[in-house]
Amino acid sequence: MADTADPTTGRPAGGRESARPPAAGVPAPLRLELSHVSKSFGGVRVLRDVSFRLGRAEVVGLLGDNGAGKSTLIKIITGFHRPDEGEIRFNGKPAEGLTVPKARALGVETVYQERALAEQLPLWRNIFMGRALSGPFGFLRVNEMRRVTEELMGQSMGFTSAALTPNTSVTGLSGGERQGLAIVRALHFRADIIILDEPTMGLSLKETEKLIHFVEGIRAAGKSAIFIDHNIFHVYSVADRIVVLDRGRVAGEFPTSRYSLEELMNIMREVAAGGSYTEAERYRVTGTTGGIA
Amino acid sequence: MSAPPAAGTARRPFGVALGPWASQIGITVAFALLWGMFIVLAPATFLNLPIYQSFAQTTPFFAIVAMPLTMVIVAGDIDLSFGSIMSLGMVGFIAAWKLTGSVELGIAAALATGVGCGLFNGIFVTYVGIPSLVVTIGTQFLFRGLAVALVSGKQFPLVTTSSSPLYDVLVGKLFGVPMEFIWLITIAIATWLLLNRHRLGQNAYSIGDNAQASALMGIPIRRTRITLFVLTGAAAAFAGLLNSLQVVNYYPAVGDGYLLPTLAAVFVGGTSVFGGWGSVWGTFLGAFMIGGISAGLVAIGLSDYYPQVVYGAVILVSVSIHAVLRRRFEY
Repeated sequence: MADTADPTTGRPAGGRESARPPAAGVPAPLRLELSHVSKSFGGVRVLRDVSFRLGRAEVVGLLGDNGAGKSTLIKIITGFHRPDEGEIRFNGKPAEGLTVPKARALGVETVYQERALAEQLPLWRNIFMGRALSGPFGFLRVNEMRRVTEELMGQSMGFTSAALTPNTSVTGLSGGERQGLAIVRALHFRADIIILDEPTMGLSLKETEKLIHFVEGIRAAGKSAIFIDHNIFHVYSVADRIVVLDRGRVAGEFPTSRYSLEELMNIMREVAAGGSYTEAERYRVTGTTGGIA
Repeated sequence: MSAPPAAGTARRPFGVALGPWASQIGITVAFALLWGMFIVLAPATFLNLPIYQSFAQTTPFFAIVAMPLTMVIVAGDIDLSFGSIMSLGMVGFIAAWKLTGSVELGIAAALATGVGCGLFNGIFVTYVGIPSLVVTIGTQFLFRGLAVALVSGKQFPLVTTSSSPLYDVLVGKLFGVPMEFIWLITIAIATWLLLNRHRLGQNAYSIGDNAQASALMGIPIRRTRITLFVLTGAAAAFAGLLNSLQVVNYYPAVGDGYLLPTLAAVFVGGTSVFGGWGSVWGTFLGAFMIGGISAGLVAIGLSDYYPQVVYGAVILVSVSIHAVLRRRFEY
């Protein structure tokens, strides 16, 4: 835990001095665009007419109560679920029949809430889960995978303990180490879009801080991220834009440069209570009041 | 940088490095102890070749199936129908052989039948979504019933097959070593490679350990599970073939009685009932432990009534060793 010195942050090329690039408003091809996506499970409409954009070098926070549809939205982007209606575009190109392997090939990597690790398996098998390096006839390049894992452990995960080798199983890792593993796995495959589903859950204060730095590093490297968290403080501190989901629809989008944390919290409260908010109008009258960011 | 000195070392003793090996060492020691006991108590039998000739011929009949079955169990499934596939595969053999007179085509038909049975199991498990335990209890009856019905319960002498050159390849001897044993070694090595050095095994481990995570990471779950059932089906048909050709006779009950010894071999070998962990080496030793008990006890001079007691004891002791080592070394 405490020995994770230089976390995942250092890895993306470029400094991590969180100079916010001009995220919104620049007309570059969007990394990801969902238009009018709907999804039902057994007659229950979990998502209705959701549109969602993610730009280059942009971090979008996704907020919403339990059951708002955050996880479903994520799993549509990762190819785990198919939308009933609507369209998904990556870099401007429509992606039809999206599956998890296809989405990963398109550069989507996810750090799941449940971390998606196989406990009994060695670290190297976890890093390469679903993406094993293999040669002719599907035989694994085990040594190469072990070597890469060892490098990642030293450089990115900050696993310095001598007792940890690529052959160690996940069972003995702490929560922070597991999160580090899941993040490094997402990063290793040069993802363009990194989705973090409740990444701070179960992390210590210090580990959370590192995680926030890490997300800033994603942006600094020109990649994009979707950051889902229950904790609005975490999301606000790092996101360029916050999308609020409520009962399966998008209740609103809020650039953090224009909304203060307090205002956003009020909006969230209102949305949770009634599904809509009134704040935006006040903005139209007063213009930019200048958020904290 | 700002980090204090590595604090993690203290909490992981050397055992973690030993981790996965602990169980392998455990089963090897258990095997050595059992065998040592046989040698000490019945040196005349266990220090001479004939008993090993006999083991090398009879143990493969179920050990060959135990190999792919280990992978099925690693992936979190189970197959209880292989004993019946041993018989139904031979019905395929007899049909093709009687029709064409070709032993080669008969062998191909037997293997194809095994593959078909495995596919049937796999599709029911993955597409219909019934747990494999339940599906293969059903197909165990179905396949056996089909075999019995198709041959009207009759036996078939296979004496004339022994003139085929393939007969010796399958159940002959090479430098005095029964071919059954050589096939077992070949299949064991192939299984080890598939499980530990191939995508199939990588996927099997992941699915058995955490099916949900595997789905999220895009592992082809259905394809992997079906493939494993197909391999087990093919191996079962092959074992049924060896068994029948060895005694140059097919009887519909062939394979009956192999179910529990085969499963015992896998679990004695340390493969986890819950999936996610398994050992081909363990299964190999487990098979010879199970296969050796009966003959060993007779040689020692214990009456024929005891094997069941010893089977039970060996299985419980081995599985306990694995459980204890597992807790101790966290693998």
